[in-house]
Amino acid sequence: MLTGVSFTISPGEFVALVGPNGSGKSTLLRLVLGLLTPHRGNIELFGGAPEKFSRRGRLGYVAQRPALAKDFPATVEEVVTAGRLARRGWRARISAEDRVEVEHALSSVSLLELRHRRIGELSGGQQQRAFIAKAFASQPELLILDEPVAGVDPQSQLDFASSLVHLQKSHGAAVLLVSHELSAVAGALDRVLVLKGSIVFDGPPDALTAHGVNLGIHQHDLPMWLEGLR
Amino acid sequence: MTFLPVGGSVPVGEVLAAGSFLPWPFEKQYMLYALVAGAVVGCCAPLIGAFLVQRRMSLMGDGLGHIAFAGVALGLVLNVWPVWSALGVAVAGALIVERVRARSVSSGDLALSLIFYGGIAAGTVMLGKANAVNSNLVSYLFGSILTVSSGDVTTIAVVGLVITSTLAVCGRALFAVVLDEEAARVAGLPVRALNDVFSVLTAVTVVAAMRVVGILLVSALMVLPVGAGQAISRSFRGLLLTSSAVGLLCVVLGLAAARIADLRPGGTIVLLAAFTYGLSAVIAPLWRSRTARRDTGG
Repeated sequence: MLTGVSFTISPGEFVALVGPNGSGKSTLLRLVLGLLTPHRGNIELFGGAPEKFSRRGRLGYVAQRPALAKDFPATVEEVVTAGRLARRGWRARISAEDRVEVEHALSSVSLLELRHRRIGELSGGQQQRAFIAKAFASQPELLILDEPVAGVDPQSQLDFASSLVHLQKSHGAAVLLVSHELSAVAGALDRVLVLKGSIVFDGPPDALTAHGVNLGIHQHDLPMWLEGLR
Repeated sequence: MTFLPVGGSVPVGEVLAAGSFLPWPFEKQYMLYALVAGAVVGCCAPLIGAFLVQRRMSLMGDGLGHIAFAGVALGLVLNVWPVWSALGVAVAGALIVERVRARSVSSGDLALSLIFYGGIAAGTVMLGKANAVNSNLVSYLFGSILTVSSGDVTTIAVVGLVITSTLAVCGRALFAVVLDEEAARVAGLPVRALNDVFSVLTAVTVVAAMRVVGILLVSALMVLPVGAGQAISRSFRGLLLTSSAVGLLCVVLGLAAARIADLRPGGTIVLLAAFTYGLSAVIAPLWRSRTARRDTGG
């Protein structure tokens, strides 16, 4: 049950959503994405109801997912190209413009050289970057990521974070990132939302220091603090 | 498959009825019919199977075969061409299975088993009641590709055209759904409609393949060539092409071997597909590691 949840994400803003397990993060994301309808209250996505929102290319989504099987038969390029359907419609044929955008999205996450590799042969972190590129291939104005680096090694988290920051800074897309691990992106965040049934904190990362939480240096501070909220 | 004059004024079957123009072992007219029907199914079944395997629903064809059995029984009891009744029942069954899968009612496997085994049980009861267990039924269970008529060939060719043209339009969107169903929904793709279309295509493929390899082996022709294709393909497009080519090759070689050695064609085709899958699973990793060593200069 989520109550008293109210927040707005402005264009180009980088917002992290954190909370202990079971705090309602996934439910909130599904509401924002239009996959669930609220019993009460009002959600607006680009000024309209999420379930009626039709220009889906403006929204990019990277779901929490296990790594793909090593023999999954699809190249990195094919995966990223699938992201263009949100912008061009599901029946569209791949055009020269699509190829340019796919190449650009692959470059943005530093995977251009691996585009002909099987996606399953990439590490977990590289796979997540490929899925970010897929979401970004539709040129979204809002990118929503659900626990994208769960179970990924620290170096891959840093690579992932730098790709995300590059996309946000160079293209001005707003980002809503749900994650337990924010150390890699701490310096780029504009706001942190802390959810525990309702929004219990909404402010810049620096303000969390008042609670003795440091996102940037002590990597385990945030998860421990979140657990303390339960 | 564009060489087939499907949908024109002259049905495929009538064109082929003029006699075979191929050399031995396909010089007989019935072998030509078998070759064309088998080639269409051999190419198309793995196209559907490629999506099924990635969705971890490899045995879907097997389950729909069970449901199609009830349709065959219904046709025999009602004196309707069993292919039509099997098609109707299989399509209805496939849509029900899709609803069960999408809603994740109960344990998926358990819920599906109710439908699958309910289908074969219903077929058994209907056949017993009508005392209709005969050689005609056996031909549907084990396939009878050598007895396909010109009408069968035309029907199968039309089915092949429907499958390939639908995949040409919906293939990219179906791939996006296979990749991540929830993300596809967020991207605005009509996921439910796409899944329904795919379920219907699967049912249609099962019924078309039923005449070639039989209900009991129908799933094999959908899945085994995909296993072989997956071992050697890097891309999804490559998977579709290679598994389709493997399916075609198995049908052609299987039919020839069956004619030469007097074997049952359906079983021979599937054995060849299984052998190809096994061989590719052994050879492909060796080839890949050798290529990797060469690329790294080791």
